[in-house]
Amino acid sequence: MKEFKILAVIVALVGITYYGIEPYAHSVMHPEVSPADFTFKDAKNVDTSLAGNVDNGRVLVEANCIACHAIEKAGHPALMPNADAAASYGVVPPDLSHAGRIYDKNYLANFIFDPVTAMHLEHKYPAGGAKAFPMPSYNWMTPQEIMDVVAYLQSVAPKVSEGKEGHKATFEAACGRCHSMAYAKFEATTPKDSIKTYMGATPPDLSQYIKSRGEHYLHSFINDPQVLLKGTSMPRVGLTEVAQEEVISYMEEIGDSKKAERESLGLWVMLYTFVFAILAYLWKRKIWSEVH
Amino acid sequence: MAEFKQADSMYEWFDQRLGIDKFVKVMMTEYWIPKNINFLWAMGVLLTVMFTLLVVSGIFLLMYYKPDINMAFDSVNYTIMQEVAYGWLFRHIHAVGASVVFLIIYIHMFTGIYYGSYKKGREMIWISGMLLFMLFSAEGFSGYMLPWGQMSYWAAYVITEIFGGIPLIGGDLVVWIRGNFYVADATLTRFFMLHVLLIPLAILGAIVFHFYALRFPHVNNEAGEFFDFDEEAEKYLAGDKVNSKVVPFWPVFLSKDFFVLGFFLLFFFYLVFFHYGFAMDPINFDKADGLKTPAHIYPEWYFLWSYEVLRGWFFEIAGISGKSLGLMAFGFANIIFLVLPWLDRSPMVKPANQRPYFKYWFWLMIADLMVLTEFGKLPPTGPNAWVGFGASLVFLVLFIALPFITKAEAKKVGGK
Repeated sequence: MKEFKILAVIVALVGITYYGIEPYAHSVMHPEVSPADFTFKDAKNVDTSLAGNVDNGRVLVEANCIACHAIEKAGHPALMPNADAAASYGVVPPDLSHAGRIYDKNYLANFIFDPVTAMHLEHKYPAGGAKAFPMPSYNWMTPQEIMDVVAYLQSVAPKVSEGKEGHKATFEAACGRCHSMAYAKFEATTPKDSIKTYMGATPPDLSQYIKSRGEHYLHSFINDPQVLLKGTSMPRVGLTEVAQEEVISYMEEIGDSKKAERESLGLWVMLYTFVFAILAYLWKRKIWSEVH
Repeated sequence: MAEFKQADSMYEWFDQRLGIDKFVKVMMTEYWIPKNINFLWAMGVLLTVMFTLLVVSGIFLLMYYKPDINMAFDSVNYTIMQEVAYGWLFRHIHAVGASVVFLIIYIHMFTGIYYGSYKKGREMIWISGMLLFMLFSAEGFSGYMLPWGQMSYWAAYVITEIFGGIPLIGGDLVVWIRGNFYVADATLTRFFMLHVLLIPLAILGAIVFHFYALRFPHVNNEAGEFFDFDEEAEKYLAGDKVNSKVVPFWPVFLSKDFFVLGFFLLFFFYLVFFHYGFAMDPINFDKADGLKTPAHIYPEWYFLWSYEVLRGWFFEIAGISGKSLGLMAFGFANIIFLVLPWLDRSPMVKPANQRPYFKYWFWLMIADLMVLTEFGKLPPTGPNAWVGFGASLVFLVLFIALPFITKAEAKKVGGK
């Protein structure tokens, strides 16, 4: 009985200390922020309830977008190599093949209307400032036309397989123009020097971000970087919740590839240790019965 | 040389040459431990096992780790964690083990203080133990730099910077420790050497010394009772095991230790596989960058109390800068436990709770260390800074007051 009391005192003291320096201290250092908003409800320049017309969208896209953007899946290859594109625009313009799938519809429509406000980058590209975002606003289009473009992009977006291959496709489309992933042997499509000039700093390699930032942080951060890192030049990219989860899954598959092995082996090791502990207890009882 | 008769068995052959019989008796079956003990007496064996786990996992890590600032981070986080079969397991055991070993060291140490196991002949046990604590601290600190993450780098930067506060030689000393003007490749390589060679060698020596120091004064017991070990041992050997106050190290004492060890390992492996974040700080999964200071820099949890003693002094007093005061307090905190046997002036060897004055001192000290640990992690802003200062001051006062408190206790109990 007395030994249990001693154990209880130790567990209590260690528990209080642990609570203080881990969950509590981290909650002080990293306060909770407003939850991720996958409806992008602050973006309301375009009436997204309008049904888009795919055929009209195709005409609009071919007239307005493919001068800069590739859409490989719809037969529009890139016009120049990545290095030249980066030199021309600052960053490689995204191939729009996956745009209709990975970006939220509301976000995408409002992005076309005015990229800078949709991305929450007004601090980097103030109205009338010296620097202009490489893509112009299409606020002269009618909401119907914008929704036609969105409908077209959604129609050409290929389905991706579930699992790592699909996650990889989403990651590369969503993050891969700026971020490298060394542990997946993936290099950002925009060359290092260009992206550094364009963003102001080299965007970090994401190989270990699942560990250094963790799923919880990434969940808010990717949804809207400004919430956790005010003033960052990383744009809000407007991923749907599904696409964002695919990105985070990929980061885990690359950055913590042994997770499944760790968790299954862990149970076996604990079971083994438990059996050892029970046997040790029985042996101790036997031995000590002679001396008591 | 004695004449050797033909051995009848392999055992006898070795016994003739190595004295196995005698050795086993001296080390195991006739090494006497008090019977009146609780599970806290198993901490020494737990520590021995933890140290072994650290050495073994360390050897595996050593096969793939690269002590070079351009390769270290990836050799740990990619090669070891993802490429090498079970490399992640060795890294987790090593990282979590390094943290948990300090938990057990603290329990071991405070058990010693609680039961008064550092005085009346046991001074060398205490001193060798504190020496081990210091060596483990150096080992923990040097090892933490090796993955070359942001916290590795900045903790190393902040801690080596502390030496800069020493008068006259401070500036040169920092450069001498780092091998450069800032924390650089030379720093990493020398800390690697310290971590895998020099300090482990010293630890091995200190462990042997610590065990040896136990031999003559013997292990203390739960009541702090002094008795004649030889007499009790004779009783035991004569068959009166029940009334003897001692038990042999093997198998009786160790059987209890294995039982405690079993449940401890269950807890340990739970941490290793499922709850390792406390020992592997997320920030350290960002590669070291000398141009990008993390928002919060803090040492590993086991250094937090002494870090807070250092940090608590944030303003000038009587013309001495806060930094210098902090450094003095830090120096005081790091050597004061070593001289504990001479600060405790009371002759009582009893559990703290049975000592009229010491019990208050003990629990206050524990509470103060917990407060220091907590505020050592929190950002030192606003009221936090003042709590840190208060707790740091209380720490100093507690140890300065200890001789007086225990002297008064000695008077009260009349030399008992």
